Amino acid sequence: MVEVATQQPNTREWLAFVLVWGSAVLVTATFCWLLGDIIWHGLSHLSWIFLTAPPENAGRRGGIGPILVSTFLILGVCLAVSLPIGIGTAVLLVEFTSDHSLFGRLTRRSLDVLAGVPSIVFGLFGNAFFCKTLGLGFSILSGGLTLACMVLPILIRSTEEGFRAVPSNYRLSAAALGLSRTTTLFHLLLPAAVPGLLVGLVLGVGRAIAETAALIFTSGYVDRMPESLLDSGRALSIHIFDLSMNVSGGDANAYASALVLIILLLIINGTVSWLATYGLHRKIVTV
Amino acid sequence: MTPIAEPRPQHWPEAKPACCKPHPFVDVDRLSLHYGEKSAFQDVTLSISRGCITALVGPSGCGKTSFLTCLNRLTDLIPTCVVAGRITIDKLDVLAPQTDVIQLRRRIGMIFQKPNPFPLSIRRNLEFPLREHGMRDRTQLSSAIETSLREVGLWDEVKDRLDFPALALSGGQQQRLCIARSLALAPEMLLMDEPCSALDPISSGVVEDLIVSLRGRYTILIVTHNLAQARRIADYAALFWVQNGIGRLIETGRAKQLFEEPRNPLTTAYISGIRG
Repeated sequence: MVEVATQQPNTREWLAFVLVWGSAVLVTATFCWLLGDIIWHGLSHLSWIFLTAPPENAGRRGGIGPILVSTFLILGVCLAVSLPIGIGTAVLLVEFTSDHSLFGRLTRRSLDVLAGVPSIVFGLFGNAFFCKTLGLGFSILSGGLTLACMVLPILIRSTEEGFRAVPSNYRLSAAALGLSRTTTLFHLLLPAAVPGLLVGLVLGVGRAIAETAALIFTSGYVDRMPESLLDSGRALSIHIFDLSMNVSGGDANAYASALVLIILLLIINGTVSWLATYGLHRKIVTV
Repeated sequence: MTPIAEPRPQHWPEAKPACCKPHPFVDVDRLSLHYGEKSAFQDVTLSISRGCITALVGPSGCGKTSFLTCLNRLTDLIPTCVVAGRITIDKLDVLAPQTDVIQLRRRIGMIFQKPNPFPLSIRRNLEFPLREHGMRDRTQLSSAIETSLREVGLWDEVKDRLDFPALALSGGQQQRLCIARSLALAPEMLLMDEPCSALDPISSGVVEDLIVSLRGRYTILIVTHNLAQARRIADYAALFWVQNGIGRLIETGRAKQLFEEPRNPLTTAYISGIRG
């Protein structure tokens, strides 16, 4: 009797231990393998020249200079459009719409559906709407706008969560001090909602910078240095896709480009979490 | 001398000159409040004297806090909330739609049960509302901050760390900071919703002494569950009670009279600890 009572939990605990640690190790190992593989094959090709030079011979030789520029431009357009719209919508949903109103429920449901739409669908939509209907053609602008559509649902929903995490007594005490709603919003709620916004930003940027399908149909394939936002430009992820799928002998540069992409993602993640802990400390001070 | 045989007694004959003459500052006339279908309280008629401490006592859920939030129209923030009746504060019709709510709330400060400083520095907590109400001048701001912190006895404790987070203060200090934040706006009246109940006994005592020290300069309406506290500090008292699920004002008068010679048998039961 006693033995059973002591044995059973032990077996169970051992099982739980293996399961928990096993899955953690599996996830970490997969990531390390992937990263190791990319670093192993890519690091030797990485150099300042690679980062700045234009691609030659369909990317087999040369660098990724124009591609990096196009990537940043597309990302810039995407953020410039999606950040204000995203924050605005989140504010509208949380602060100015009641939770049960038809408008609020409809908007939230649409956003959740949009967040799950495959990126190829966004690509086709972007091609039909931005490239053709609005006449922007295959351009960085079309690509950025399409990405903005794709990123918005994630951005809005996590910003909304950020606003909901702000204790409601801030709103009450601000109102009791005779502060207007706009003041409360800009000076108290917005700074306090920043962590949620940053989470949305990381997820959104991560999705945008790694996007391939949506960009093939909108920002195009051209690997020249873009001269304006209306020029076509090849994003980093498309470059990797092209080198590894369509260009024989492009593997080495594909690896190097993938390494650059991952480093970029790490830098963006690092900057955002640094911002979250230190950069905004002056505005909002908690313990 | 007012005749005692009124249907709902409001002004009792003055027994002592302790807190000035009863000079009405707030007049509440047949006030009712509903949250959607549910009625929080009904038909409350009450007069609050200028410069005095009036305590609202009664069991939980009898509408005391709801009553408080009518006076500064914080009820506007609750979508389903409907207020009927009439509130006059110093000739201002509070419930009229054209009343400037921002100005109203500057004139009538509110202190909540749980201390709720903003997640800003101590200085910014005080400075931010002042700036919003139009004070821009640096020296004027810092003197207003010092004055209000001195008024709540917090200045010596925090003068060297004004730029530290307000949330790092102790509960009692936070509550005094919140009172200072309201006082900085030079209000005429303070609404206090159980300001001591979330504090430890010592901090609670400090805040209570502070409230007493504000008597005369501000009209104070305080909700409290602590009858001993109400007895210690209040000049006037009003007892709310739940009847058929709806809050009602069942007795009001000088605190001394209400606690020592209550007229309503329910009051007698409540203050002696039999009911409530």
